[in-house]
Amino acid sequence: MNKIKIITRGLITDNPVFVLLLGLCPVLGVTTSAYNGFGMGVATTFVLFMSNLVVSLIKNFIPNKVRIPSFIVIIASFVTIVQLVMEAYLPDLFDALGLFIPLIVVNCLVLGRSEAFASKNDTFSALTDGLAMGMGFTMALTALGGLREILGSYSIFGYSFLEGDGMLVFVLAPGAFIGLGYLTAIFLKIIGQR
Amino acid sequence: MAKRESTFANMLLTLLMVTAVAAFTLSMIYNITKEPIEQGRYERKQAAISFVVPEFDELLTKFFMPPDGRDSLEFNFAYKEGELVGIAVQTYTTMGFSGYISAMVGFYPDKRIYDVVHLQHAETPGLGDKIEKDRSDWSNQFRNFDPSKKTIKLKQDQGDVDGIAAATITARAYCDAINRAYITLKENLDEEYFVLNE
Repeated sequence: MNKIKIITRGLITDNPVFVLLLGLCPVLGVTTSAYNGFGMGVATTFVLFMSNLVVSLIKNFIPNKVRIPSFIVIIASFVTIVQLVMEAYLPDLFDALGLFIPLIVVNCLVLGRSEAFASKNDTFSALTDGLAMGMGFTMALTALGGLREILGSYSIFGYSFLEGDGMLVFVLAPGAFIGLGYLTAIFLKIIGQR
Repeated sequence: MAKRESTFANMLLTLLMVTAVAAFTLSMIYNITKEPIEQGRYERKQAAISFVVPEFDELLTKFFMPPDGRDSLEFNFAYKEGELVGIAVQTYTTMGFSGYISAMVGFYPDKRIYDVVHLQHAETPGLGDKIEKDRSDWSNQFRNFDPSKKTIKLKQDQGDVDGIAAATITARAYCDAINRAYITLKENLDEEYFVLNE
């Protein structure tokens, strides 16, 4: 498959959050600020990239009936690696995301890409797909996190631009649903699918 | 290479190998990151201690049970040239909006509060995280707070501490943690700790 098409699919036409609506648990849970959303996106991208790489390398070695358990073990291993490395070398980010890192294991985006793409394509395509999907995911999380931070805390990436408390609803869970709904609508309008 | 058949032996062997490789890799990474993780935790604790007590040159660590006894509190007696200058108490509460909150509370030897800093919490970002020093100066009101004259409770609970708008539960929990440190200190701070015995 054409590499450029794989990239535009991950970023735009099949954007994991706004179009595929996959992995919404971390999308709604961690996007209280742009920085948190970005950190979660990068961590997921790493897991997606590595698991796509390994899955596409060993896809012929795995018998069909045990492919899902094998994929999950691979994904869970990379998630644990991310968790350990982040706690060791990026303790500030770990403080903010620590609770959500183990949830990457059950993020259906990661398993979905292993199952639907990496296990059926060559290694280089799978790597491109992992990176593109991860970037699309990061972009969406940063956008939603930024929106919620701007409206909820009057700041962006931690830099406050207005005094006061902001609209509290955007800091809390309902704000995530409202923000995600509007961003999805705007995104689909822009790419012309609706 | 053709796809391998899903025979029993193949499946068993594959799963065994996948899990063995995963376990081996993880144990390697664990060993590499073990030291920086412990080092980081230790450094953060030391930084918190020196933040909440005056300058010191020696520490004495003891554990005391709070009267409402769940888990013991860690007391760090700070000495400068053998004289007690402050006590850093690592305290906790389970009353937070998201459960467990731990904090380091520093006292002068006369049981006034020197300063307070949070260690760990999972409160709502933007609301409850105002207990953090770098998010808001809310917790600065505890500086020089004298618990023998004032009550460590929110004003709406007939105490002397200002609440946090829209995060009353968090503020109340933080007061609970600080109060736990104070009542345990009141019970256990004896003359013997005022001078460091070699």
